[in-house]
Parts: sequence; C-alpha cells; structure tokens
Amino acid sequence: MALKIVKGSIDRMFDKNLQDLVRGIRNHKEDEAKYISTCIDEIKQELKQDNIAVKANAVCKLTYLQMLGYDVSWAAFNIVEVMSSSKFTYKRIGYLAASQCFHESTDVIMLTTNQIRKDLSSPNQYDTGVALTGLSCFVTPDLARDLANDIMTLMSHTKPYIRKKAVLIMYKVFLKYPESLRPAFPRLKEKLEDPDPGVQSAAVNVICELARRNPKNYLSLAPLFFKLMTSSTNNWVLIKIIKLFGALTPLEPRLGKKLIEPLTNLIHSTSAMSLLYECVNTVIAVLISLSSGMPNHSASIQLCVQKLRILIEDSDQNLKYLGLLAMSKILKTHPKSVQSHKDLILQCLDDKDESIRLRALDLLYGMVSKKNLMEIVKKLMLHVDKAEGTTYRDELLTKIIDICSQSNYQYITNFEWYISILVELTRLEGTRHGHLIASQMLDVAIRVKAIRIFAVAQMATLLDNAHLLTGNMQRNGICEVLYAAAWICGEFSEHLENPMQTLEAMLRPKVATLPGHIQAVYVQNAAKLFSTVLKSQEGSTEGTAAQETSQLMIDRLPLFVQSANLEVQERASCILQLVKYIQKLQQKEVEVAEEVSALFAGELNPVAPKAQKKVPVPEGLDLDAWINEPPSESESEDEQPKAIFAKEEPKHSRSRHTEVDEKELARRREARKQEQANNPFYIKASPSSQKVYQESPGVEHIPVVQIDLTVPLKVPGLPMSDQYLKLEEERRQKERADKKKKEKKKRKEKRSGRGRRHDSGPESEEDITPAHMVDIVTEEMPENALPSDDDDKDPNDPHKALDIDLDNLVESAGRRPLADSEKLPVRSHRAAKVAKSPVEDGDAENTPPSQEPKKKSSKEKREKKKDKDRDRKKSKEEKKKKKHKHEEKEEDLLGGEADEPVVQSEDTTEVVALPTSTNAEVSDLDFWLSNAPVPSNTQEAATVAATAEADSVPEATSGTAPDSDHDEPKNSELEETKSSKHKKKKQKKEKEEKEKKKKKKHHHHHRHHSDGGADESVQNGTVEDEEPLPPMSNYCLLAENSYIKMVCDIQGNLQDGSQVVVSVIFENKCDSLLKSMEFNVLDSLNSKLQRPEGSGPHDGFTVPFQLPPGVSNEARLVFTVQSIVMPQKMKGTLTFIVKNEDSSIHEKLDFKLHFTCTSYLITTPCYSDAFAKLLESGDLKCSSVRLEEVNMPFHHLLARICFHHHFSVVERIDSCASMYSRSIQGHHVCLLVKTSGQTVSIDAKCDEPTLLGNVLDEIKQTFSQC
Amino acid sequence: MIRAILIFNNHGKPRLSKFYEHYTEDTEQQIIRETFHLVSKRDENVCNFLEGGMLIGGSDYKLIYRHYATLYFVFCVDSSESELGILDLIQVFVETLDKCFENVCELDLIFHVDKVHNILAEMVMGGMVLETNMNEIIMQVDAQNKMEKSETFIFQSTRQDR
Repeated sequence: MALKIVKGSIDRMFDKNLQDLVRGIRNHKEDEAKYISTCIDEIKQELKQDNIAVKANAVCKLTYLQMLGYDVSWAAFNIVEVMSSSKFTYKRIGYLAASQCFHESTDVIMLTTNQIRKDLSSPNQYDTGVALTGLSCFVTPDLARDLANDIMTLMSHTKPYIRKKAVLIMYKVFLKYPESLRPAFPRLKEKLEDPDPGVQSAAVNVICELARRNPKNYLSLAPLFFKLMTSSTNNWVLIKIIKLFGALTPLEPRLGKKLIEPLTNLIHSTSAMSLLYECVNTVIAVLISLSSGMPNHSASIQLCVQKLRILIEDSDQNLKYLGLLAMSKILKTHPKSVQSHKDLILQCLDDKDESIRLRALDLLYGMVSKKNLMEIVKKLMLHVDKAEGTTYRDELLTKIIDICSQSNYQYITNFEWYISILVELTRLEGTRHGHLIASQMLDVAIRVKAIRIFAVAQMATLLDNAHLLTGNMQRNGICEVLYAAAWICGEFSEHLENPMQTLEAMLRPKVATLPGHIQAVYVQNAAKLFSTVLKSQEGSTEGTAAQETSQLMIDRLPLFVQSANLEVQERASCILQLVKYIQKLQQKEVEVAEEVSALFAGELNPVAPKAQKKVPVPEGLDLDAWINEPPSESESEDEQPKAIFAKEEPKHSRSRHTEVDEKELARRREARKQEQANNPFYIKASPSSQKVYQESPGVEHIPVVQIDLTVPLKVPGLPMSDQYLKLEEERRQKERADKKKKEKKKRKEKRSGRGRRHDSGPESEEDITPAHMVDIVTEEMPENALPSDDDDKDPNDPHKALDIDLDNLVESAGRRPLADSEKLPVRSHRAAKVAKSPVEDGDAENTPPSQEPKKKSSKEKREKKKDKDRDRKKSKEEKKKKKHKHEEKEEDLLGGEADEPVVQSEDTTEVVALPTSTNAEVSDLDFWLSNAPVPSNTQEAATVAATAEADSVPEATSGTAPDSDHDEPKNSELEETKSSKHKKKKQKKEKEEKEKKKKKKHHHHHRHHSDGGADESVQNGTVEDEEPLPPMSNYCLLAENSYIKMVCDIQGNLQDGSQVVVSVIFENKCDSLLKSMEFNVLDSLNSKLQRPEGSGPHDGFTVPFQLPPGVSNEARLVFTVQSIVMPQKMKGTLTFIVKNEDSSIHEKLDFKLHFTCTSYLITTPCYSDAFAKLLESGDLKCSSVRLEEVNMPFHHLLARICFHHHFSVVERIDSCASMYSRSIQGHHVCLLVKTSGQTVSIDAKCDEPTLLGNVLDEIKQTFSQC
Repeated sequence: MIRAILIFNNHGKPRLSKFYEHYTEDTEQQIIRETFHLVSKRDENVCNFLEGGMLIGGSDYKLIYRHYATLYFVFCVDSSESELGILDLIQVFVETLDKCFENVCELDLIFHVDKVHNILAEMVMGGMVLETNMNEIIMQVDAQNKMEKSETFIFQSTRQDR
C-alpha cells in the first residue's frame, strides 16, 4: 500500500502541470498538433489513475486545450469526478472545466444534480459560490427544475456573496424552467431592497433582463424602481434601471411624464458619461412614447439633442459613436430637431472610423427631404467610389436604395434621376446586392408608368453592354440586374427605340453563361420582343424583314433548348416551336403579328409582397382536410420537382388581365410628349437626341444656367445622374419664378392692399413639385385582405416562455395565488429544507388558506421561528396600520375636492359609490402615477422617511413584504403635511380602525382553527358587540312527509375543486323504525353523485344507518360538479322501509336538490392588502345589486351574507364593508356592501360574470325572504 | 447579457475564451478568428464598438473591446448592456488582473489561464455582471486562493505523514 502511494506521488512529480503543458506547446511551434496529441494521450493515462490530484491536474490541462479548440467532451465523466472532490482546489478545477465544455446535450450532466445540491448547501461559502458559478454556465431544464428550490433558498442566505450569486443565477433558471418564475418572483422582488448593494444590483440585473423581454409584466414594479433610481448612487444599478425604464415607458406614457424631471436632473448633474448617455437614451424613449403634441417637452428634446451634439463633437470616438446612435432614435419621432444638425452628420460620413460612418448613414435615412435628396445621394455616390471594403460599400448601396425608396418614393422628384442612379450602381463590382438593384428597377418601371420609356431605353443600353458589368458572371451578384433589364425591355417593348437591336442583344451566345433564372427571363422576354418586332415589321411593306427576324430566333434559340436548366429548356423549346410555326405561316404570307402579340397582351399590375398571405380562406374551406386519400409515403417524393419551377420564376405564374389598356397608354404617352415639349430642360431618352432647348416665351427673363457641354450628357452605360442635380436646380428655379409671376398677377388682379409676404424665402417642402406627373401605382392586395399581419415572432424564443403575469403574485395572496402545481418541486426526504420554501416562508397570514396544509417543518426550526414570528407579527401589524392609513388617504386624494371623507354612509347613489369602490381598486401604480412629479427636495425627505420606516420593520425582508407600501406612505405623508385639517379626523379613524383590527384578528384566528362549523360562522362578521344576532341556520328543508324529514346543507369541498359535499339530516317523524334508506339522484351532465366503488350509475346511495323513532342523523354525500357558474337542481328519490312491529312498508319520498351558486363558495379570509391587489388587477368583471327595505342592522346584514353565502369580511368602515369569498374552482368573488337607511347596495366583482350574477341573485333572494 | 468574453493577443492567439452560450469547439475557434480579424484591422484611435460579427449574435449584439499592449479584451454583448458601462468593466477587469498578478503581462495570462478564469468568475456570472467593485472582487479572489493554499498544505502534510 505504502509503496503504491509512493509510486503514485513519484508519478505525480513527473506529471506535467498546466504550466508545463503551456511551455511545451510554446516550445513545439512547428509540430504543435503532434505535441498536443501526445499530451492528450498522457492526460488519458492520468485520468485513469485513482489519485484525485492527478485527475484534477489532467482536467485543468484539458480546460486549456479546450480553449485551443480541442474537443474534450470525452472526459466529461472525469470532470464530474473532479467536481465531486471534497477539496475546494479540485472542485474549482472541476467546475471550471464543466462550465467550459458542458452543455445541454452532455449526458453525464444528469449525474451532477446531487453533487451540485450538496455543494449548494455546503457550509463553505466558496463551495457554494463555485457551484453556482459553474451551474450558471451549464444549467439544463432538468437541473433547473431539480435545483430551483435549493437556489431559491440560497437567495436568503446570510452571506451576501452567496445571495448575489443565487439571485443572479435565477435568471438562468427561469430561462430553462419558466415555471419557477412565479414562485420565485416575490423573493426576487424582495432582493431589490437588499441591504447589500451587490445583491441589490444582481436583483436589478435579473429583473431588467426579464423585463426587457416582457416589459408589461413588470410595470407594477415601476414605483419601486423609481425609488431605487432616486436613491441609488451605484452607477451600474442606475444605468440598468434607467435602461429598464426605457423599456417600460412605451407601455405607460404616464410613467414617462414622471420620469422626465429626475432624468433631466441626472443629465445635468452626473459626471459619468455612461450614465448621462443612458439618461438621454431613456428621455428619448419617453419622448417617443409621449404624444408629440406636448409643448413643454420641446425643451427636453432640445436638451437631448444638444447633449448628443456635445457627444458627437467629442474627440472620443466612442462618444461620437454613441451620440450618433442615440440621435438616430430621436430621428424617428422628431426628425426636425435632428435635421438641424445635418452638417455634423454629413461630416461624420467622412470619419475614418467605419462604425461611425455606418451610424451616420443610418441617420441620413431620416434627414433627406425632397430638397436635399439628390445632393445627399450624390455625396454617397462619391463615397461608393472611394470605399475600399466591400462591406462598407454594400452598406452604402443598400442605404442609397433605402433612402430613395423610403415611404413609397416619397422624396423622389425625378425618377429619371433615380433610374440613372440605379444604373450607375450596377457598376459596382462584387456587390452582393444585385437583386436589390434589380427589384428597385422592376418596381419603379412597373409602378411609375411615366418613367417606362426612359427606363426601357436605359435597360436596353444595359443589355447591350451586358459584357461590361458581368466580367465574371457566376461570382458576380450584379448580373441580377440583367434579370430586371431583360424583363423590363420585354414587358414594355413597345417603348423600345430599336427593338431589333435589343432582341439581338438578348440572344447573344454569351447569355448562356448567365445563371439559369436569368436566362429563363431572357428567353421569355425575347419572345415578347419578337412579337413587338413582328408587329412593326409587318406594318411596313417588306415581308422579308419579319421572316428574317423569325429566322434569327430559330437560329439562336436552340442554344437555350440545350440548357441544363429545366426552366430555360422548357421555355426555349416552347418558344422555338412557336416561332417555327409562325415562320411557316409567314411563308404562306399570313399576317401573324396581331395574334402573336395577343399572347402577351395585357398589363401586369404590381402585387403587394404579402398579398398572397392575406388572401382570406373562403368560408367552408378547410385547408387541412385531405382532398383525396392521403398519399402513401413513397409518393411524396414526386412532389419535390414542382418547387423548382415555382421558385425559379415566380413572375410568370401571374395571371394576366385580358383587357388591353391601349387607350390609356396612348393617352399617357401623348401627355408625356406634350410635357416634354413644354419642358425646356428635358432631355430626350433616345441615344441620338441632344439636349433640346425650347425656351418658352414667358420665361426669357430667367437666367438659365448653361449646362457645361463638356460633360457628356449621355454615354451608354456610363453615369449620368449628376446632370440631374443641375437640371433639378434649374427646374426649381424656374418653378419659383413661375410662381412668383403668377402671384404677381394674382395680386394685380385682386389689387389687394396686403404687403408682400411670400418672398424668396427658403423653399419649403411643398413648393417642390415632382418633375413629371408621377403616378405611383399602389400594390394590389386581394379583396377582403386581413387587416393586420401578425408579427411573426420566433416561436423558439426562450424568453417567450417567461411571459408570465406576475402582478398578482406580489402579495402572495393575490388574485391568482400560487397553485399547488406551481410550487417548486421539492424532494421529500429533504423535508427539513422545505421549511424555507417561499410559500412556507411567507407569513402564514398572508398565504391563502385555500392552499394545502404545508408539510410540517422540523420542530427545532419551528421553535426558532416562533420568536421571529412574534417579531414579524408585530411589524406586520404595524405595517397594516400604516397601510390602512395610507389607504384612507388614498381615498381622500381620490375623493378630490370634496372635503369630507369619502366613505360616507348617507349616500348610496352610484355616483358616490364609484370613488369608494375604487379606493382599493386604484392600483398602487395608478396612484403613484397620478401624483404630480414630486419636487426633488421633498423627495429626499420622503426617502428619508421611507428608510426610517424600513428600519422600523427590520424583519420585513424575510416575509413577503408588500414592498410598494414603502412608497405610498411616503406620498401620503407628504400629502399629510399639506392638508393638516384632515389630520384629526384621520387619527380618530385610525384609533377605531385599530380596535377593529384587533377584534378581527381574533375572529380570524378563530376561523383558522375551527372547521367551518355552523356556530363559528354565526360569529363571523359580528365585529361589534351591538345587538346579538338571531340564530341562523343554513340547513334548508329538502323534503318532508309523514314519516321522515330531510334537511340539507351544501358546502363546497375545500380539498377538491370539483366536489360539493351535501350534508343531509334525516329525521324520523313517525314512531316506527326506518331502515334500508336509499338516497338516489338522477345524475346530470354537470353533476354526479359519487357512488361507492362497484355500483352502477343508477344505483342509489345506501344511508349507512337506521332511524329509530324520533331520532335524527346526518349523512354526507359527495357530488362532483364540472361547471359551477350556474345554479342547478337535481331530482332525486329517497326510498326506505317503515318497519312496524308487525309489518313493513316500502315508502318513497321525492325531492329536489338545489345547488345554489353560493354553495360553491368557500369562506376564505382575505386581507385588505391582498384584496386591494386583487381588485386592481383589472381582470374581474363588475356587477351590482340593490336591496331595498332591509330592516336589520348592518352587522346583521354582513353576518347573514357571511353565513348564508360563505363570505368573509375583509374590512368594514362604518356602513361600508368589503367582503371576499372564493369558489371551489378558485374564482374570486369580491363584494363592496354599503348601506344607507334601508337601502343596501352591493357592488361586486368576480372573474366569472355568470357566477357573480347568480350569487348576487341569491343574496337578493336571501334578503327578500327576511 | 454578455454572450462571450475573449482575450487574444496581437496575433490572434487566444488567451482566454469564455462563452456564455454553447458553441462547438470549431465554431468557438471560428468566432475567435473572426473577432480577431474584425478587431485587429481597426486603428488605435477609432471607437471601441463594433457591430457584431456574422457568427456571434446578430444585429442586437455588439463587440466592445479594448486594446492593452499586446492583448485585446473583447466582450460580445447585447443591447441590454450599456456600452460605456462594459468599457468600464473591461477596465476594472484589467486593473483587477494587474492587482492580482502584480503588473500583469501577457505571460501571466498564458500560464495562469485558470486564475484568470477564477477572477473573471467573480465579475461576470453566466453572462451577467456580478460585481463591479474591484476591492470586493480582489477580496473574494484572495480568500479563495488562501483556502486553496491551506488545502495544499494539508494535503502535502498528510502525504508526508504517510
């Protein structure tokens, strides 16, 4: 043994450690791979040894090799071994290795669960820390599920070091196991106010990360974050919070208003650029969310823009970059304020830093106007020429196209200019965006009818010079442009100057080297051209020309027939046959042109890109249903080739309209010619034509800038867009002059004495009219197109699962308390740990009693807890008072100007009832937001007050403290100082309240321990020792005859959401023995009697006792119900035998069992804070009822509602009380009962309106009976 | 969220790579290469932000880097992180390294990559910033190193006993 150890340690001495490995690799520069492979062999040997130190060393080396790109997943098991070492040194090595190379599909990961759990609960904080760090990198859904509870426990660890790590890792757990979010959230929220800044920062981090994806769920935290923002000094936390607010403001504009002032203050005061920048960013977000009509916000915008300008002008490139980035956000909503900094942005375009140039490009998008578009694009074109890297050049190209085509070509005044820009762009070599240019060309040519003649001419030139732009075609994306060119020339061939030439260009042998889909377009459009050519040639006298054209087609097409591309081949052979037939006809001297052109007659209308998607499915058509029998699997392969056609040439699948719009076309052409003739600056599209000056007589006095004729106006295939700039200028000048003249005339005519106002001031946007009548055809949509297209969200987004409503959770007993299924899985044999689970940990009073009794924690823990609990209770009570106080004040605030307390007994009209009912309803957030922005100095005072309060409740953090409370008292205290006249009243009330509270507490206590018996219920609601209550009973008569009387009470089953327990008391009224009683009901679809196992559905329930004379006994029957929203009656029969001394008679008694909706309600205590949360959630439907002439004291009334309808009083103030109950299926029913005189009004809210309606009816009935 | 933290030298040799999202080893190397390519061709006095590469992230992601002597420190982050904040964080990271290694140089990172990992783990956890206070980080790192030392001491002494 000793020898082995010695041997082991000697071996170890010769082992390489990490440093040796690194050194070795550095010394073997030439044969690094070989050296490493020998090292890996050594490592494999080391891993086989028993010595954990050797293994750890090996794993450490593997981690290094992993970084160099070697797959080390084969050692996963060894890594787990090292992780489970008891020594921190090795454990750390193991966890590091695991975090570097484990992932979800590593199978040994499931072996680690227990080890990690052990480490998490290790007494050594660094063991725990290392495990948390490791876990954060390789957590899987399984691990997350199994360990969520352990990690949650760690969130309340005594050491802040562990707490912050545990808080942070929860985000990863949520991602992998979204179910854990709801149960963990209250505690997470609590950590926002952790005394340790690190933990606080971690919590802020996690919530910000969560809120970024699903901001609406976190709106309710805004007050808390606001408080943090005004109190925190940690810039890191501030940045996170401010970023979070940026995400929240779009959802709640009021929040934005509240934020602006503190943010502006921060902007002015902070010295940290990072913070300043984020503030500006969020202010921008706020301004975007607010409607732009706010006059006083222009100052904020100005401030932002001004600060950003400082950033952009800074010599620090980082600030410059960020300034531009933020500027682009302002641009979207306030383009005007950015446009004034155009100089600065254009300057940035020349920056040597590509990132900055790109950002500046983004900004340009919003800076263009009709006026400056040409100028800006010209500048960009210069950049295109200068740019070296293709990525930046491509970016420029897309930006140019974006800028020009934005909002339906809004800023383009001259489409000829645009077409020539596009043509110029085709000269870019190696761009990836050929298709983009092509689609623009197509779009413009199709949608702007006026431009077609020009476009066709340009495209013809392009086709003619195809060899210029497609030097190396296959590699070059630009050849896509030819696709557009060919199509445009073919489709609008009637505008071609020289169709024959173009036809020839399209049939050149070189075309065969183009990509297949382009060739296909060539072939198809050659046919269109052919038809045009025929038409013109047949018109003239020489018939031979037409025949020659046909011959040309027949000569050239076979090249395409041989194409490897199916599409090309098919089209070519089709057209070839057609031409051959035409030729035959021609030889017979038949005129064919008309018929051939009929093939391509009709106009193509542009179709919106999403049109296909939006075709509504006709009624009665089920797209998923099989039309024929489903094909066998082998058949499915046949469907494959179809896709090829559809994909390659979508354009041709469009249907054509048969009606010809010749007249319209002719008319337009005429109009255009007319316009051209009148426009002295117009350049004719024909290559031969020169610039034509036809100065119209009225404009002689305008100084015309002579165009420098050394600039070639039109060179085929070469740039010519610049000239348009000059032309445009002239045109505008002329227009201005025209206008002036007109105005003068007008003035003269009118002879009005008004002074001149329309002078030669800066040209406004509207003054610029487009060069020609531009008719931008809108894209067609199918009839009945669905209005909005759904944003296609990525279904695989892991954050989608985290879109969980958390609001109601905040007080743990809210509208939707944690269901049993939502509790985190806890391993049963570790019951001792469970004591700290969140629900358990939450104050017992605050957790809904409807929850299953919890697992008992160990006794010691309990005892320890007791003291704590006492403290906590105290603080709770204190808090409650405070809460109360503030709620009252809230009422006052809401009550508005009326100087009397809102809760008044005299008034029962609806109008007054409203504010009262809202008192609890108005959410904290609403309340918080409705306040005018608090001036900063008072704010500070308030913060002090809040912290003081926090001190007074030191235990608050361990319970599920209603954190938002801290805020309200603060506000209300402020309010208090203002309105001291309310003070006395309030104090008085408080006193009363306190007393009530005490009493109530007592009662609640009662109810917790007794089990829903009748006498207990009687007490419920009797808060004052006023009049004694008359005895009440819920047992009502079911049926009666001379032998027997049945009374019954129906109660919901606490344990099972679908069960109702019917207690029937059978009373023997005769003096014979009753036996063999069988209770039977006719089951309905909704409700069924639960019969003992083995009995059929029609068998009765045998009452398990006999009744001697005068005796009564009770039997309990269980019914299962599905829907509980409607009351129900069930028919039933009781059969029994009346046994006398001598005879026995069979008897039966029919009855109707009435399941009222009330019977589905379970008395559930609820606390005012939870109640308020519930009401504010807004998910509840409202309803109300009025009871007239109720002659009983209010407390009797309440007691009756409590008793008969299973409600509990939440809060009672004078003649107003709120009540709560819960159905067996978890519906919340909330009542606000008010009385004045003999009238009682009940406002009610419930998440199930039908149920609520029925319950109210039943309440009404109860009181009508008495 | 931080998606990856990379340290490489002027020649693109990785000195530390920490990915908070799983990639295969090949992709990781490719990302390192691509990132190096992007970062290394930038001048000294340009901004420290780069729109993300093709491989990592996408439009939402940015590369934020700093160049110190022979080393590039690159953080790949999404839009929830403040750009300037991350730049500060890199500074904190480097200063911490400087304190822990006493005048840190590339060689320290070459031979003690595990220690660098341990320091980083106290700053960033699972892609989220854990601690930005340098003193706190150093304190925790020191405490752990002390623990490690005491363990090796025990370990050696037990071995000697036998």
